[in-house]
Amino acid sequence: MFPLKEFKKSLLVALWFVALTFPLMVIQVDPIERIVNWRWNNMFFVAIGSFVLSVVGKAFFARKEQQLSKKRTAQNEEVQDTIFQRVLREPRYLWPISLACLAFAIAFPFLFSTYQTNVMTTALMYVVLGLGLNIVVGLAGLLDLGYVAFYAVGAYSYALLNHHFDLGFWTVLPVGGILAAFFGIILGFPVLRLRGDYLAIVTLGFGEIIRLVLENWNEFSMGPSGIANIDRPGLFGLDLSLNMSILYLYYLMIFFLIITIFVVNRLQDSRLGRAWVALREDEIACQAMGIDKTKTKLVAFSLGAFWAGIIGVVFAAKTTFVNPASFTFLESAIILSIVVLGGMGSIVGVICGAFILILLPEYLRALSEFRMLAFGGILVLMMVFRPEGLISNVRRVYQFKKNDRGEK
Amino acid sequence: MDYFIELLFSGLTRGSIYALIALGYTMVYGIIGLINFAHGEIYMIGAFTSFVVATVLSIYGFPLLAIIVLAGVCAAIWSSAYGYTIEKMAYKPLRHAPRLSPLISAIGMSIFLQNYVLLAQTSDFLPFPELIPDFAFMEPYAHIVGSSDLMILVTTAVVMVALTILIKFTRIGKAMRATAQDRTMAMLVGINVDRIISATFIIGSSLAAIGGLLIASHIGQINFYIGFLAGIKAFTAAVLGGIGSIPGAVIGSLILGLTESFATGYISSDYEDVFAFSLLVLILIFKPSGILGKAETKKV
Repeated sequence: MFPLKEFKKSLLVALWFVALTFPLMVIQVDPIERIVNWRWNNMFFVAIGSFVLSVVGKAFFARKEQQLSKKRTAQNEEVQDTIFQRVLREPRYLWPISLACLAFAIAFPFLFSTYQTNVMTTALMYVVLGLGLNIVVGLAGLLDLGYVAFYAVGAYSYALLNHHFDLGFWTVLPVGGILAAFFGIILGFPVLRLRGDYLAIVTLGFGEIIRLVLENWNEFSMGPSGIANIDRPGLFGLDLSLNMSILYLYYLMIFFLIITIFVVNRLQDSRLGRAWVALREDEIACQAMGIDKTKTKLVAFSLGAFWAGIIGVVFAAKTTFVNPASFTFLESAIILSIVVLGGMGSIVGVICGAFILILLPEYLRALSEFRMLAFGGILVLMMVFRPEGLISNVRRVYQFKKNDRGEK
Repeated sequence: MDYFIELLFSGLTRGSIYALIALGYTMVYGIIGLINFAHGEIYMIGAFTSFVVATVLSIYGFPLLAIIVLAGVCAAIWSSAYGYTIEKMAYKPLRHAPRLSPLISAIGMSIFLQNYVLLAQTSDFLPFPELIPDFAFMEPYAHIVGSSDLMILVTTAVVMVALTILIKFTRIGKAMRATAQDRTMAMLVGINVDRIISATFIIGSSLAAIGGLLIASHIGQINFYIGFLAGIKAFTAAVLGGIGSIPGAVIGSLILGLTESFATGYISSDYEDVFAFSLLVLILIFKPSGILGKAETKKV
């Protein structure tokens, strides 16, 4: 039975929220006509809504507490992994699952409409962006709040080169990536000495500088109106219809994603990848082990930026239009949220995070105006209930199997 | 010369508004090490609350002085209530989570609050009632310094002094400094750390609300999006001065305000924000922990 004390508490919570939202939810003023509009029914909604949410939240927390205490009693057992993590580690399951995902991804455009395919392409782009940022934030532990700057560099390099010199998609693709990586190094140099949050704010400032320059330097970037009529990617000089080119881009993204997953996966286990993780965990110990801090950090920055540049080129080709409004801080925040939500450092986590964060607002469109409200709320709730991310990264460990004599 | 003084004052005005917001950032950061991205939204909510209260009161024909005082008090109360609630809901459960999780939670909160105000009120720019009258004794200097500039400077100075007294000499201020230095130790000597953290949020939020009221009546219009840029600028200022340091936040804000004002006045108004961020990058290259920040040496 629901105890009376809890009921009273929830009632108080509801009262608090009614008071809290009173000036903004209930009163609406028209300063020109000088009319005050009292919306009492809103107060009613807030009261009921916050009461219900508080009851549900309390029940949820109680259950979590119970689980935690249960876990504490079972402390002697080995640390329990979730089923998901165990499946991920076992190559026996991992291969069929990935193959099934791939088959589904290839069949996707034939099962769903062109619109859905287009949305999916966007989601795939964010997966790759997330994986790129994952190198910087998840592996190397450098908090980058201006990742979108490199994305913008890629997008604008294709837009400008295409506009002025008529260069094609495939020519610019490596150029965009390398340019972005170059910018990554430019940013990397001054910030190498900074720690944690100082680094975060400088990268944020860098992102804003790039966006503001694009917005204001009219002769170079055509200002806020942007650049239109960018060519879609070509396929050996074939003229593709709109539907075909959407399909083409979709498969292109799948191809890029597979390459990215492969590269990031190999990087993680490489000497460089382990140097990143070591740098993240303890900088001083890492230097004592003979790891070149400057080089390792710069490589992380430039590699992360490289992926962003590549996807920037794809973005420009997909929308055929770029303007500075696409590269705001919100974009950086969303990409960072993908990485953190998915579970830092985990590839599968980043993929899940990207699908959730990009597809969620898309399918929440039914709620139209409440979409971003729900997005923000869900971000908070996710963090409160699973702060370590959806799938926490499993460190690679050596496992010693029991031998015949029963020893470990 | 007049132009120079005009720019100087407009820079100081800007700087003091940034300072009011930056203090909230720096205090919260000093105590729990969190970049409170929702702080800009608290400032915006402060501006909106004072807008609603001031307009309602002026429609019902209250005298100007009562309107100013009531709008300020209401803005401060509601903003601190919001700050308190946000801390309890979005940050407190994450006290022991990985370092980036509270940051994402804060970004989520910021998006949530922006859209909440957008839905509850409007997406249009709203004309803010002119609360600060033109003082008669300011008449001869009106072409250099506006009355509202003066009002902002005076209010900020008063608030700063009050805050310094609060932090330096009162019991709660002492507890706050202790918590900022070492949370575990503070807990051991019997300080209720949770309450101190709440108090920090409340103080920071009410400062931001006062900033919101002042800037809104200075500029004359508000919108649900004003919190974002102001928040980022104020955070920049806090980092510039050395995050976690209260005098640092004020100095950083004034430098930022003056830079922006002179750069727009003498070079170009298009690149106002670029100057601000370039200054930040430059200062941090030469002084990696800000102007007044302590360089942390790590023992091995």
